[in-house]
Amino acid sequence: MNEIWAGIVEAFRLIITLDRDLFEITLRSLQVSMSALIIACIFALPFGTWLAIRRFRFRRLTIATLNALMGLPPVVVGLIVYLLLSRSGPFGVLGLLFTPTAMIIAQVIIITPLIASLTHQAMRELWAEYHDLLISLNTTSRQRILTLIWDGRRALLTGALAGFGRAIGEVGAIMIVGGNIDHATRVLTTAIALETGKGDFALALGLGFVLIALALLVNFAIHTLSRTEQEGTW
Amino acid sequence: MVAGINLVALRAVCVKRRSKLILGPVSLDLKGSGLTIVLGPNGAGKTTFLKVLHGIERISSGSVQWSMADRSVRRTQSYVFQRPVMLRRTVRQNLAYPMKLLGQQASKIDEHVIYWANQIGLTEMLNRPATRLSGGEKQKLALGRALIRKPKILFLDEPCANLDGRSTREIETLLLSANSSGTRIIMATHDLGQSRRLATDVVFLLNGQVHEQGPAEDILCSPQTSEAKAFLKGEIVE
Amino acid sequence: MIRLIAIVVSLFATTALAEKMKLAVTTSFHNSGLSDLLLPVILEDTGLEVQLLIVGTGQALRLGEAGDVDAILVHSEAAEEVFVENGFAPYRREIMYNDFVVVGPQTDPADIASADTAVDALTRIAIIKAPFVSRGDASGTHKKELFLWTSIKLDPKLFGTWYNAVGAGMGASLNTASGLGAYILTDRASWLNFANKGELDLLFEGDPILFNQYAYLPIDSKRHPHVNIQAQRLLESWLTSKRAETLINGYTVDGTNVFVFNAFR
Repeated sequence: MNEIWAGIVEAFRLIITLDRDLFEITLRSLQVSMSALIIACIFALPFGTWLAIRRFRFRRLTIATLNALMGLPPVVVGLIVYLLLSRSGPFGVLGLLFTPTAMIIAQVIIITPLIASLTHQAMRELWAEYHDLLISLNTTSRQRILTLIWDGRRALLTGALAGFGRAIGEVGAIMIVGGNIDHATRVLTTAIALETGKGDFALALGLGFVLIALALLVNFAIHTLSRTEQEGTW
Repeated sequence: MVAGINLVALRAVCVKRRSKLILGPVSLDLKGSGLTIVLGPNGAGKTTFLKVLHGIERISSGSVQWSMADRSVRRTQSYVFQRPVMLRRTVRQNLAYPMKLLGQQASKIDEHVIYWANQIGLTEMLNRPATRLSGGEKQKLALGRALIRKPKILFLDEPCANLDGRSTREIETLLLSANSSGTRIIMATHDLGQSRRLATDVVFLLNGQVHEQGPAEDILCSPQTSEAKAFLKGEIVE
Repeated sequence: MIRLIAIVVSLFATTALAEKMKLAVTTSFHNSGLSDLLLPVILEDTGLEVQLLIVGTGQALRLGEAGDVDAILVHSEAAEEVFVENGFAPYRREIMYNDFVVVGPQTDPADIASADTAVDALTRIAIIKAPFVSRGDASGTHKKELFLWTSIKLDPKLFGTWYNAVGAGMGASLNTASGLGAYILTDRASWLNFANKGELDLLFEGDPILFNQYAYLPIDSKRHPHVNIQAQRLLESWLTSKRAETLINGYTVDGTNVFVFNAFR
């Protein structure tokens, strides 16, 4: 209990003194996970929606595969991305290893199946509702996808937040492909791992509380910005 | 639509679902003007019949031949479903949707939205979420949304089935008005009174078969087949 | 708000000003706190931004082989010589040394405090099967520990559950030892800097066999043409300079001198 209290105190101290290192790694955490989220959504939202409205032969298999990919252990993704980006690997010439870009790549791979799957589930329901009308109105595939995404945006937002939560709390993959380099690829989760390994639990906990607060803040901000809550039934 | 000219011809149309024949074989012609009532008890196949005409139900055999080019068939038709599908948007946005799909300009869309909101009596509710309307209001909205793109043909599937007398009258007035403005209407119902009020011609369906077809007075006042007679006497409910 | 945007934008932009290089170092080197002291000074003196990857010796060597770093700083002479032999580095340059110590529970059930040699200390632990934590990760520390066991003809693979191979860095292993109240071989610097000592105490030290030599190995540019040769040379000359000597020899933790500079110039 002592250590948890020490952690809370440390978290306050870091924030109130506007600790420069904390600011830097927090910003980097946000940058990496937000970028990963946006890129993942660009792939996952249309794909998940398309999957909900299209009937094709391997549909069930695709859905099952997507759900299975959700269970990909992040650290294994990290290892594979590392081997791909290593100088001795196929994409080594790009020099991406141990950069924030590598971390974004790993996180995109990890959260895209999750967001796509949640999107698919939400869109399937909405499509069942809109199906007759949209077909009757002679809509194109593109129009259907856009209409569903827009009208279902609340559910999609929740899915995106789930993806963000997974990304910002991830540590295994980004530790491997980022290298936890101070002032370059260190983020909140890897810093927590490092400080814990040094036995500095107060600092680690402090960072941990900052991370929790951050996740909650982003959640809050997105909901307020989209004003979906205020519109009640939407 | 020019009266007397054939609008659509169905030849030996059959619809099978899981090897069970639910409609057909149906062969008939529909003319280019008027208000056709598709009459029959519940489960007669009226919905399937309408969907076949609108092209959203696949036929197992036979042919449906329209008098206009294939491309324009679906585009000139609107369909009002038995349970109206409301987009999760405001009344205004629901009305605007079909025109937005066609890429019309915002100002033009606005004009039409306001006009039709007026026609269907929902002007006060333009900014209300459509899902929060009453049953009658939803059906009127669906009708307004169907008419806003000036369809040549309007299909309706039991639009007044769940409505009170007042809403029913309002909708019937709208339909008659649209019909006289040139919209061909094909409407399914099991309500005899409604048929008498609206129909210019009638198609009588029972158990997936067309038993009679012809001008309204003929079918409704002097039916030929025993099935039609029985239905008109009120002997067939389901 | 503008300030915030500016900071965010600057994070995306690459700093082209400082020369950069990637150096893989061991967890024991980082945990000693020496890297935190040296890096800013290096940047100031040479304009070189050294990006540290803090990994185990095994991974450091692999990173060097793959060419994912420009140089490595490790403490495992035998492995380093193989590394050079295989052509991954042109040579190894000794920089400094510290020593290993054995820490354990204050109660010292194996009474290693009165042992004469390191080997004697470990034997006593093995005899009473006192809880022991091993790095288990092919690190320099781990290799030293294994070396000690083999010199008394004992095979850790045959040890019972009292022997815990955790497969982790120095700090994490110390955490486990602290939690278990176990004995553990650690480098002095990491121990002094460790913040969670709990009931552990330094019990055995001083045997010359526990000598721990750190060496710098630049990655061979013939193997990996993309390495930053300029930076490699810059860092090496700084690490063997008088400035480095003063800083390294003067570095203390809790008043104790931790490293001894021994580079040949």
